[in-house]
Amino acid sequence: MSISRRTFLGWIGAAGVTSTIARKAQAASNKEFKGYPDASAVLHDITRCIGCRKCEAACNAVNELPQPDRPFDDLTVLENKRRTTAEAYTIVNRFQPEGDVQPTFVKIQCNHCLEPACASACFVKAFTKTPEGPVVYNAKVCVGCRYCMVACPFDIPAYEYDSAFDPKVRKCTLCQPRLAEGKLPGCVEACPTEALVFGRRSELLKVARGRIQAYPDRYVDHIYGEHEMGGTSWLYLSGPAFSEVGLREDLGTRAAGEFTAGALGAVPIVVGLWPVLLTGIYAITKRKDRIAAEEQQVAVTDAVTRTQADAQVKLKAALDKADQDKAAAIEREVKKALDAAEKAKEQE
Amino acid sequence: MVNDATRSPQRYLTPFNVVAGLIVVMGLIITVMRFTLGLGAVTNLSDYYPWGLWIAFDLLVGVALAAGGYVTSAAVYIFGMKRYHAAVRPAILTGFLGYALVVLALHYDVGQPWRLPYPFLVSRGTTSLLFEVAACVALYLTVLFIEYSPAAMEWLGLKRARAIVTRLTIVLTILGVILSTLHQSSLGALFLIAPAKLHPLWYSNYIPIYFFVTSIIAGLSMVIFEGGLSHRYFKDKMDAEHLAAKADVMLGFGKAAAWVLAGYFVVKVIGIAADNNWHYLATGFGAWYLVELLGFVALPAFGYAIGVRDKNLSLIGWTAGWTVLGIVVNRLNISLIAFNWYLPSEDRYFPHWMEIGISLFIVTLGVLAFRFIVTRMPILYTHPDYDAH
Repeated sequence: MSISRRTFLGWIGAAGVTSTIARKAQAASNKEFKGYPDASAVLHDITRCIGCRKCEAACNAVNELPQPDRPFDDLTVLENKRRTTAEAYTIVNRFQPEGDVQPTFVKIQCNHCLEPACASACFVKAFTKTPEGPVVYNAKVCVGCRYCMVACPFDIPAYEYDSAFDPKVRKCTLCQPRLAEGKLPGCVEACPTEALVFGRRSELLKVARGRIQAYPDRYVDHIYGEHEMGGTSWLYLSGPAFSEVGLREDLGTRAAGEFTAGALGAVPIVVGLWPVLLTGIYAITKRKDRIAAEEQQVAVTDAVTRTQADAQVKLKAALDKADQDKAAAIEREVKKALDAAEKAKEQE
Repeated sequence: MVNDATRSPQRYLTPFNVVAGLIVVMGLIITVMRFTLGLGAVTNLSDYYPWGLWIAFDLLVGVALAAGGYVTSAAVYIFGMKRYHAAVRPAILTGFLGYALVVLALHYDVGQPWRLPYPFLVSRGTTSLLFEVAACVALYLTVLFIEYSPAAMEWLGLKRARAIVTRLTIVLTILGVILSTLHQSSLGALFLIAPAKLHPLWYSNYIPIYFFVTSIIAGLSMVIFEGGLSHRYFKDKMDAEHLAAKADVMLGFGKAAAWVLAGYFVVKVIGIAADNNWHYLATGFGAWYLVELLGFVALPAFGYAIGVRDKNLSLIGWTAGWTVLGIVVNRLNISLIAFNWYLPSEDRYFPHWMEIGISLFIVTLGVLAFRFIVTRMPILYTHPDYDAH
């Protein structure tokens, strides 16, 4: 394909204009992305979780992950707090909030944010938020920079550090392949207590609100994930405070992309203004140099003229003085001669 | 200008060469391990700490310390400070080698380095600040290569090519400043996306500005620091202009560094005030923050100011070294020490000795390449056949 310079510049121009328009529209209007309307989601009712780890086992089987060192029915694993890894996309942790008799179990996995930090951070667009709900990963383009892992506020993506030739980022897919077949996510299907409910996000929010209203003593009056980091597709109901069961309450409600929008927006401004500014400084510097050189020239000429005039005046003065000296000397000599003549006269 | 004494066989076994040789051998062995066994075999990287020493030191510190190129060329060519002309070529060379090594180090760090061109060729993730960093670093490495090339062309006798390139000096300088402004600040902006992970004292909306300003400080200090080393070890390669310029450069750059450090101190304090983070100063991390702010920002600002006032070149030289160390401290703080600061100690990161080994290997490669070039090409002297540009 041959591209003329004009065409190329046209593209660049068009890209510049469209990106400015998009930014402007977002900044000037009150439009807000509230997530895809029909996206699916899961409601995790922490108060119903019994810590049986059947979801972990199901996830392992569905995703064909390697068998763990200790089997899934070994519940002593719960004694240590764990996180998701490249071999375990979901983890159940046990918490013992102060004052509670019973422990609380919480399942963690990718929360499938409405506006994911990983997708915003990825420089090859390996992550996509699908309109169906899952945040999916394209291993074919992943360079392995792991910025997604830095960006994720929930510490979910994990990396295959032990693979030399084909390491990938690993995380829950919300069982996207199973959803496409009309099946439930593996963990939801395996849960014996209905601590996990699958459905449309909009409807699950109503279910969750209904439960809080029906049992106000059982739940904290908050649906975790409704607004956290711009909202997530995984929603949580809890008895104890969320921060006491490992769910951070200091994340705020802004989507990750909003934190970097300002810095990204400054880029075209720098590209546009810096050349003008720097060329301007260069021009001013050159002009100053030129003016300084001109002024120096004028000053030198001036100084030369003045020195010459001075020299002439001095010469004239010196000559005058010399004339006077000469006259005085003659006079002196004449006087001396006269005196001598007079003396001689007196002696006679 | 090839010195026969340094090329004779018995002079190869200097203590420096022996140590450098051992480091290179070690580096090559770790390199083979890294690319056959994977990152896990040679690093302590974890799912909590996906970025370790190779990003913190080799990338973040490396790019900051390579800022001397744009700072010096801007001062001389754009701001017209011709007194510092002798400092341009060494600074450009350091910058070029610095960026080349940063890119080399990235090949070790990313999981699939053969895909490094993907962000440009296959799938452009333009919402990512890392995309911007990658694009600017790639372009700027090219710019630095062209800026450095006249020295190589003079060495090789390519007069016509050199004449063409030197005519581009101003354009390349302006391009260099634009690209540096963008990626130096964007390296800091990378962390904007993780407000929940970086300690509030280090997290700030101003972090891109902090990174840009510290890159100027790093650039000025590296020119002084590296100039001091060159005067000690490559004095025989310098002509009268370079020998005479030493004091001028140290006093001028030292004065500039004192002012920029003072300004940086002020905007750092403004940052604490803007986020009302004063109460964190009373904590352990607060004490460490004050060590950075007072010990590595305020102290060198005074060191430079007093050194310039008293024309005390050795004080300026030591202050430059201290400031460079301060840049290292700052970048390690942001990417490692204050990152995931709340995690229990068993989940925190400390580099594997082989990670340190690779960082050392890469720095050694830089020093060897610098030596190879300055002992052959007109970096520390003006080539008699050519006019300065």
